[in-house]
Amino acid sequence: MAARAVSGLLKRPRYLPETIAQMDAIGVGSLTIIILTGFFTGGVLTVQTFPTLKTYGAQSQTGYLVAISLVRELGPVLCALMVTGRVGSAISAELGSMVVSQQIDAMRALGTDPIRKLVAPRLIALLITLPLLTVIADMFGICGGWVTAIGLYSVSSSVFVSAVRDGITTDDLIGGMVKPIVFALIIGSVACHQGLSTEGGTVGVGRSTTRAVVMASIVVIIADYFLAKALQVILGSP
Amino acid sequence: MAGSNFQTLTNQPDGRVSSNAAESTFHEIDDLDRAIPAIEFRDVLLAFDDRIILNKLSFKVMKGETKIILGGSGGGKSTIIKLVLGLLKPDAGQVFVDGEDITDYNEVRMMRVRKKIGMVFQEGALFDSLSVYDNVAYRLHEQGVPEEEVEPEVRRMLRFVNLEDAIDKMPAELSGGMRRRVGIARALIGDPKIVLFDEPTAGLDPPTARTICELAMKLRDLEDVSSIFVTHEMNNLDYLCSEYAVVNEEGRVVFEREGERLCLINSKVMMMLQGNIIFSGTDERLRKAEDPYIQKFLRGH
Repeated sequence: MAARAVSGLLKRPRYLPETIAQMDAIGVGSLTIIILTGFFTGGVLTVQTFPTLKTYGAQSQTGYLVAISLVRELGPVLCALMVTGRVGSAISAELGSMVVSQQIDAMRALGTDPIRKLVAPRLIALLITLPLLTVIADMFGICGGWVTAIGLYSVSSSVFVSAVRDGITTDDLIGGMVKPIVFALIIGSVACHQGLSTEGGTVGVGRSTTRAVVMASIVVIIADYFLAKALQVILGSP
Repeated sequence: MAGSNFQTLTNQPDGRVSSNAAESTFHEIDDLDRAIPAIEFRDVLLAFDDRIILNKLSFKVMKGETKIILGGSGGGKSTIIKLVLGLLKPDAGQVFVDGEDITDYNEVRMMRVRKKIGMVFQEGALFDSLSVYDNVAYRLHEQGVPEEEVEPEVRRMLRFVNLEDAIDKMPAELSGGMRRRVGIARALIGDPKIVLFDEPTAGLDPPTARTICELAMKLRDLEDVSSIFVTHEMNNLDYLCSEYAVVNEEGRVVFEREGERLCLINSKVMMMLQGNIIFSGTDERLRKAEDPYIQKFLRGH
């Protein structure tokens, strides 16, 4: 389905307005929850790691740990899970409702391929916006960690910032960008597939929505494990 | 066949064609074209798991003909429409649309065939997020037709279904009957020569159901459209098989009952039971059928 959606991009008609509308709904619409998630995750990381690091006299490395945890793991994964909950469910429910009200059949009867009209714009919007949302989550996460470190533990701002700078490498940034691209494909494909294969009326819409969120979340977490290992091997990072 | 007719045209001694000859030749081509069924099923078999939905079904819908498919729920009526549109594929047998075997067509090839067909869904199946205008204009927008050509066409179609005033409304603001009529307008945009009605009057009050039937009659008698009309309501059968649309001297469309002046031959009835055709013919023959199921269906008890 994802391959058909991508191959459809090369043919006319192209659904640019639909893609932009989806980018707005997915990207701009998810901004608030992503900022809040990122900020408080960064904050809680500092809360949890600072006392432990202090035990070993390594409290100056708090920024390092917060940054590396966020950029490599928590930023992409939490962002993907939040988007799965908010956007994956919405996509599945919307497409499911269209199936049960025969709107998908009507679309096909009117000579439109629903994969190109409905799936492709959502997939593309996710592929573009999820990496951007991840960058924002990372930035606000580090910001949350910085605020907590300064506010609660009186860590010097310059110490925290320089630890962040030392902690993040180019490989981390590449890895942090590759993951959301793969996660976007997973979320989009699972949500659209579950939505379009809805059966059994309105009850079926509920079922397919739940299945979409659960499946996409699990696949994201499993894929994260394999991606982390693959990126370590490919990029040669420790 | 058409090629041989064109051969006759060029074989005139002086190389020219008389108007009478040309006219008769074009009539022949037209007759040949009309001899090709708009829709044909040949031994179509469809089963879901162990349940047979359509059991080696064979029938034809000729050009300009309305085939009324009657039967109880779960009899396979709507499945026929989905097969014509290629939304389902048969397990065996062949489906022809306008003489073209579409049985093994993939989604891309079916898109071209679907452009010849208009489909009216049971609940209208309007796109919730689009206005009435955008719903009716949907096919033209997808084809990239310029907006200045789209608007008059949309207005013409909405006039046909008497809903021009609702052009800016959203589907949620429409009554059930209005939704069906917008669905009809959407199906008719681009003037398809085949229109499929899937229980278009189900759940509607009698006057609105009558209006829907009148639209089907107008298509049949004034637009030469071939159609399949799936229904389980006997009122629909009465309207479609006993009345016809004509344009009176004032240029208005009126509906007259068949009688001595005219006998309707372009409406045929087919009755289905559990995936089998149990009757095919005219409504007069249907009413005389002795099959207990048909009698029960006609009587309603």
